[in-house]
Amino acid sequence: MGRYVANRIAQSLVNILFITVLVFLLARATGDPADVFIDDSLPPEAAEAFRVRLGLDQPIYVQYWVFIKDLSRGDLGDSVRGHRPVTEMLVERLPATFSLALVAMGIAMVMGIPLGVLSAVYRGTVIDRAAKIVAFLGQSTPSFWLGIMLMLFFGVFFFQQGLPSLPISGRGGAATYILPSFTMGWFVVAGLVRLTRSSMLDVLDSDYVTMARAKGLNEKVVIWKHALRNAMIPVLTYSGLILGGFMNGSVVVEQVFAWPGVGRMALTAVSGRDYPVVQGVVIMIGVFYIVINLLVDILYVMIDPRIKYSNS
Amino acid sequence: MAQATGQPDAVIQVQTIPLHRRVRAGLVVLKRAPLIPMIILGVLLIFVAFAPLVATHDPVQNDIMNNLAPPSIANFLGTDQLGRDVYSRIVYGSRISLALSLLVIAIGGGAGIILGTVTGYLGGRADALVQRAVEAVLALPLILVALSFVFTFGFSFWNVVMILCPFVAARFARIVRGETLSTRERDYVALAKVIGAPTHRIVLKHILPNVFNTVVVISTLEVGHIILVESSLSFLGVGIPPPKPAWGLMVAEGRQFITSAYWISLFPGLAIMATVLSLNLFGDWLRDTMDPRRREL
Repeated sequence: MGRYVANRIAQSLVNILFITVLVFLLARATGDPADVFIDDSLPPEAAEAFRVRLGLDQPIYVQYWVFIKDLSRGDLGDSVRGHRPVTEMLVERLPATFSLALVAMGIAMVMGIPLGVLSAVYRGTVIDRAAKIVAFLGQSTPSFWLGIMLMLFFGVFFFQQGLPSLPISGRGGAATYILPSFTMGWFVVAGLVRLTRSSMLDVLDSDYVTMARAKGLNEKVVIWKHALRNAMIPVLTYSGLILGGFMNGSVVVEQVFAWPGVGRMALTAVSGRDYPVVQGVVIMIGVFYIVINLLVDILYVMIDPRIKYSNS
Repeated sequence: MAQATGQPDAVIQVQTIPLHRRVRAGLVVLKRAPLIPMIILGVLLIFVAFAPLVATHDPVQNDIMNNLAPPSIANFLGTDQLGRDVYSRIVYGSRISLALSLLVIAIGGGAGIILGTVTGYLGGRADALVQRAVEAVLALPLILVALSFVFTFGFSFWNVVMILCPFVAARFARIVRGETLSTRERDYVALAKVIGAPTHRIVLKHILPNVFNTVVVISTLEVGHIILVESSLSFLGVGIPPPKPAWGLMVAEGRQFITSAYWISLFPGLAIMATVLSLNLFGDWLRDTMDPRRREL
């Protein structure tokens, strides 16, 4: 297991390095990044002085080294538009993105896990089929469209009918979380249903479930206590991955609901030609995703000693 | 050419089934495919093939006097903010989605298949290196990377293809490599090796045909996935540039008119959902049919 963990850590470092190289090269792929700042009217000496100040006169590997050094200190540079450190802006926006992702994950689990359990217990019945349909629908719905349709129905239509409507944009009280988090969570319900179902089917076949039944335990206790507890291991680790995925998907949902998170900030930065911000968001979310994946994998081998990993 | 490699291969040549019988067998199997997804995909193919005949209007022709018109006989699904016919734009939009996904599957998927089979078969350092690269690509946040890519190179049809290819290649490479690893241990591969068949021959004749079923299944599922990602990018304004009738873009354009003209966003979104759903159902059925080992319990 030690070797497996060491390998996973090494791979994660490679992945992080890969992201940094990628965003670093992308920034320089179309030529001189200083062009964004430098006006044509500026005298050439001043422009040159500016390049020297930004370190752009150095060879590219030196620039990358400086970039990495700054990064390791948490310095992501300054925003071109906001004239503030990108790190500061990220810290400000993160709670919105993170809280939305957590609520979305909660919603997905509340919908997906019971549905998965039921479809395993009532395998081959109408319930199983219904769960399958929900799973397929979840996987096939574009979340930006689902978000707009939910806004239209629960926000606009309800309001027009004089019914209590839901807030459709911005972040405020608990009610503002309902539509965005459902939109986000809906997409992953599918994965949760399928995983819970197959995991439950495995567990329901096992000896200790037969034993529990033989002892004359109530079937409900057997399913929801004995079986589900063990079936939850892969489901919980998968939920960790979902959280990482939500951070990536946050751009879309935040854009739809005008949610003030990092995803929306990245998109605004693209249209505002503010590369340091785009770069900062990509690196931060990328690293977050990689670290979560790593933790999930390590946790998985720790929780479930039955799992053996090959090093290849 | 009486080399050691040519002759024994002829000996283990399996008798091939004539093409027409294989096609007929394929059609028999296809009859059992799920009906509704097949109909939806069929309609979609008609859209793609005969767009000028099926569409009732020019998809990019503005008709500002007739903008935001609700669905009617003249405009089945209404018109958008510039008076363009929503139905005709959906019809033409199918071409964009399909062309893009096929290109990405051909380039990215093709590269992934080659990488997966060759490195999976050879093993060793090349395999380890490609594995690391595949993992690194799959760990990237796709939409955000696409944003920074678009930031640098601007947005266009080809840029979307270029962004998606590495991701699709990585997914293909990972799955195909797994299949190759198990195929590699089969007796007939060992036999081919013993009789001295060169590597490229073993990969082409013995490994590839055995991962073919898997490739067909993941290609189907990937097309759905690609359409979803492309439409998300187009929705965000960093995918297919206007005035092209990309479905995701249409949803985005209708967003600000959602209270007065819901049809502009509703129908293109339904088109995406129906297409992806059909591809997923069809792919799932294909997997059960062609690749029983990977079937869900």
